[in-house]
Amino acid sequence: MCDTCGCSGDGGVVLRKPGGSVEHGDEHHEHDHKHHHHHHEGSSRKVVMEQDVLLKNNLFAERNRGYFEARNIFVLNFLSSPGSGKTSLLEKIIPALQQRFPVAVIEGDQQTTNDADRIHALGVPVIQINTGSGCHLDASMVNLAMKELDLQDNSLLCIENVGNLVCPALFDLGEALKVVIISVTEGDDKPLKYPTMFHEADICILNKIDLLPYVEFDVAKCRENAMRVSHNLEWFEVSATTGEGLAVWQEWLEKRVSHS
Amino acid sequence: MHEMSIALSIVEAIVAKAREEGAAKVSGVDLLIGKLAGIEPESLKFCFAAAAKGTLAEHALITVEEPEGVGECGECGKRFPVNFYYAECPQCRSLRIKIISGEEFLIQSITIEEKGE
Repeated sequence: MCDTCGCSGDGGVVLRKPGGSVEHGDEHHEHDHKHHHHHHEGSSRKVVMEQDVLLKNNLFAERNRGYFEARNIFVLNFLSSPGSGKTSLLEKIIPALQQRFPVAVIEGDQQTTNDADRIHALGVPVIQINTGSGCHLDASMVNLAMKELDLQDNSLLCIENVGNLVCPALFDLGEALKVVIISVTEGDDKPLKYPTMFHEADICILNKIDLLPYVEFDVAKCRENAMRVSHNLEWFEVSATTGEGLAVWQEWLEKRVSHS
Repeated sequence: MHEMSIALSIVEAIVAKAREEGAAKVSGVDLLIGKLAGIEPESLKFCFAAAAKGTLAEHALITVEEPEGVGECGECGKRFPVNFYYAECPQCRSLRIKIISGEEFLIQSITIEEKGE
């Protein structure tokens, strides 16, 4: 941590490529610590700022968005609680999507390259962002990560955010759409418990529907709850394990990528 | 705990502004945090104290204005207070509600102590 301003600089963010080198994400951080030697206190005054607290993140996000737009890269930000099947879902659909267009993945987790290793095994470019103590990805982390990826024009980039239904909702990464995933082993009231996330989402994927016979989960109720929070939500029901419902979601995605 | 990273970005922004203004220190920060912004003001204040340590903004007093959530019905146009994103129009029962206030998250102003010569 910088001891003059107390900021943690890169926040301990580390970029990793499976089998590759480790990089610290500190390129964007500017330090300017001038020392002033004035010994008399003067009067106080108010300075109007009217500045969005998330300004810095939002500017980075727009910068990313412009880059993606120029190269026609369709970007999805995958959000969910830990264990709802984000990585499994990607593992399942990427092999088929790769037949149609290039795919790349950015993985976000606090620690390990486990998820990136799984995606790497599919033969797609992937980079892992380890946020350390951080609970979400932000636009500057994505900005660093995307420079390390060999992104192709007219391609799909999937960003798998840190498993967390609260914090990542606030941070625009420059994506085209936010995809929230819930699984039937969670509660059907999840959209009401975490409304900020569902309100921000464009697409909701209900995963693990193969387990419906074994759990108390009301699909219609869950969908209704999600729609109450976000009226224009696209809704898909899938099982990454059995493959049920994946064709519908895949078809929808292929259309979006080719039209973007 | 996104409040910590947010506190750090607030400190970064206000310290930069204070330097620009030639301030000796920042004694106050006025924030606008809408009730639907997804930020806990108490948690943010707690984090701010840690984030501001050793900076021009150390010991700055944080004041938070919290605008209420206001929704506007997409069907009948009625405006009414909302606490959540899943509000229902009290007039026509529509669920097509647009949030028109309550999502604000701004640094409004800072109070700086000027240097004497």
